[in-house]
Amino acid sequence: MVRPDMSRHKEIWVYAEQTAGHLARVGLELLGKASELSDKLGAGLACVLVGYRGEKLASELLSYGVEKVYFVDDPKLEHYQNQAYAGVVADLVEEHRPEIFLFGATEMGEDLAPCIAAKVGTGLTAHCVDLRIEDCDGALILHQTVPGWGGGKRVDIICPRKRPQMATVKPGVFTVPRHKRNAGGKILRVTPQLHEKHFRARTVEVQKGQACERPVEEAEVVVAAGWGVNSLGSLDLVRELSDLLRGAVAGTRPLLDKGLITQDRMIGQSGKVVGPNLFISLGASGAMHFSTGFERAKFVLAVDQNPQAPIFQVADVGIIGDLREVLPCLIEEFRKLKKAM
Amino acid sequence: MDIVVCIKQVPDPDYFSQIVLDPVTKAIRREGIPLIMNPVDRNAIEAALQLQERFSGKVTVLTMGPPQSREALEEGLAMGAEEAVLLCDRAFAGADAFATAYTLAAAIKEFCPFNLVLCGSETVDSGTKMVGPMLAEFLDIPYATNVRAMNFVTEGICLAETAIENGCMKVELGLPALITVNKAINEPRIPTVLGIMQVASKKLLMYGANGLGVPPEKLGLAGSPTRVASLFDFKQKRRLETLRGDPQHVASKAVAKLREWHAV
Ligand SMILES: Cc1cc2nc3c(=O)[nH]c(=O)nc-3n(C[C@H](O)[C@H](O)[C@H](O)COP(=O)(O)OP(=O)(O)OC[C@H]3O[C@@H](n4cnc5c(N)ncnc54)[C@H](O)[C@@H]3O)c2cc1C
Ligand SMILES: Cc1cc2nc3c(=O)[nH]c(=O)nc-3n(C[C@H](O)[C@H](O)[C@H](O)COP(=O)(O)OP(=O)(O)OC[C@H]3O[C@@H](n4cnc5c(N)ncnc54)[C@H](O)[C@@H]3O)c2cc1C
Repeated sequence: MVRPDMSRHKEIWVYAEQTAGHLARVGLELLGKASELSDKLGAGLACVLVGYRGEKLASELLSYGVEKVYFVDDPKLEHYQNQAYAGVVADLVEEHRPEIFLFGATEMGEDLAPCIAAKVGTGLTAHCVDLRIEDCDGALILHQTVPGWGGGKRVDIICPRKRPQMATVKPGVFTVPRHKRNAGGKILRVTPQLHEKHFRARTVEVQKGQACERPVEEAEVVVAAGWGVNSLGSLDLVRELSDLLRGAVAGTRPLLDKGLITQDRMIGQSGKVVGPNLFISLGASGAMHFSTGFERAKFVLAVDQNPQAPIFQVADVGIIGDLREVLPCLIEEFRKLKKAM
Repeated sequence: MDIVVCIKQVPDPDYFSQIVLDPVTKAIRREGIPLIMNPVDRNAIEAALQLQERFSGKVTVLTMGPPQSREALEEGLAMGAEEAVLLCDRAFAGADAFATAYTLAAAIKEFCPFNLVLCGSETVDSGTKMVGPMLAEFLDIPYATNVRAMNFVTEGICLAETAIENGCMKVELGLPALITVNKAINEPRIPTVLGIMQVASKKLLMYGANGLGVPPEKLGLAGSPTRVASLFDFKQKRRLETLRGDPQHVASKAVAKLREWHAV
């Protein structure tokens, strides 16, 4: 069992997920937050990278100001293997005892992190939307805020006795920090102890298509369509508005169910979390499951014909009206504005 | 093939907006909120029944929860499971995902010989997705999560297709193993009248902490590494300006406002 160890230099770890030679963006997003936490805690900042021939990725991580990269390198680890990855990372945790260990809540991160937590005997908090260090009777503890029951409640979770304090965070919750020049970090190559037992579940194939469009998390403007766009007969006008603003089209769950958008375009608790400069909601009622996905948006514009729709409680400016009448006018106004700029 | 299906009873998500916090104690008040079986757990039961039809063996549904969660187990029995196990004790209360998985593992080792454990990929109430992988670790068996197709090459080897971002991963598992399934895997059957009538004659076993052979400090709140530090209502901070009237006019006003705020 891992207990808090105050005698050594403390570290905060971020799991740097990679597939086929690319770092997952969420790992970089976590570095920004982790660096903030490490200042508060007076702790070092380190990454764990598992794979094969990942030197380039390890150096890339250093360029974000990471002090150490624990780089586990083995040909058997080229593809993600849950038990083998969990085994080697848990061994590292037992050896170095970090205070905090953060994971991206990607499919792989959510598959891996609970197994590591169970191995080292600590807790794990899922889908945090905020992380803070707070002083609890002299001990600096990580407060991990998670949404509950559809997003209308927030719960602060702590892990007071066991270490590391582990958490997962969805992509899009935090922002990627800037590169730092000459940060002077080092890469520590780790040769893993692999056993037959690690491969009782064996990944035999990974098929990963390239996302054909820019991920919706990276767009500065997101135009989200709700069930109300049915009245328009198609998504054409929604696309037109999005193109005009160089945005990305997204939508609510009913649009996904109807096949009008793909899974990676659904906003909300069970979908994407976005924080664009401008979020435009068209004909979505504003269920908490949905609105929890754009809480970080700087500005929200909403159109809905029902004045009682909860969407107006989460909008900076709301237009009560029929999309069939309002949307063409909105497009026209934005077009005028673009011309004037 | 003997299969244990883990299920959880959860508040119906359609009523989440009626869940309120006690303004003084900050405790959650969910009186009057209907309880249902976690939806994807039905898919796990369906998957188990299909395997049982192919390979024969026994399907057991298992839950840890308060006394009323036997309703969820009865629904599992009505779908066609042979036996149900309810873990119910004050000592289990307040369990986080770690303690939940630990307790389920102890019960499975004690009461349910198995070749395969099936779970849902996530619950609709807290949805941590952690119980499956943690349970596998405590049972010391291989696992795959978020599985949308299972292909049993033989009775002892499963090729599982797991959904990942923009693609899928194929994982080969030697049994005994644990798999968490998502909704794409099948269409769960509706219990038949006959199925419902048979529930009364099926075994529904209830165990408390005593039978598990686990020290009390490993169970419930005491065995949970995580704690709820506080609970609060959440509201986004927005300007809440609304416009109505002539479409042309409101559109122009809305864009002017966004301009003024430098949102465009
Ligand atoms: C566990 C769980 C998780 C969930 N996760 C998500 C999630 O991640 N993302 C998500 O989106 N949903 C999620 N949901 C579903 C969510 O609860 C809502 O059902 C969903 O967001 C509603 O989508 P909607 O607003 O498009 O449809 P509706 O609620 O049907 O709203 C349609 C709106 O369109 C308006 N409208 C209709 N015609 C017009 C018109 N001509 N002009 C203007 N307005 C019009 C109506 O007034 C109405 O407000 C989840 C549900 C559960 C139970
Ligand atoms: C808002 C909120 C947030 C929470 N966050 C955390 C957190 O971050 N970390 C943490 O450790 N705990 C957390 N909890 C506690 C957590 O809900 C409980 O530990 C719960 O027992 C299991 O978690 P889950 O519902 O998320 O299950 P999941 O892991 O999402 O469930 C997956 C599957 O596991 C099986 N399963 C789950 N529970 C049971 C059960 N009781 N009996 C039988 N099978 C079961 C089912 O097959 C289910 O489909 C949270 C609770 C709330 C209300």
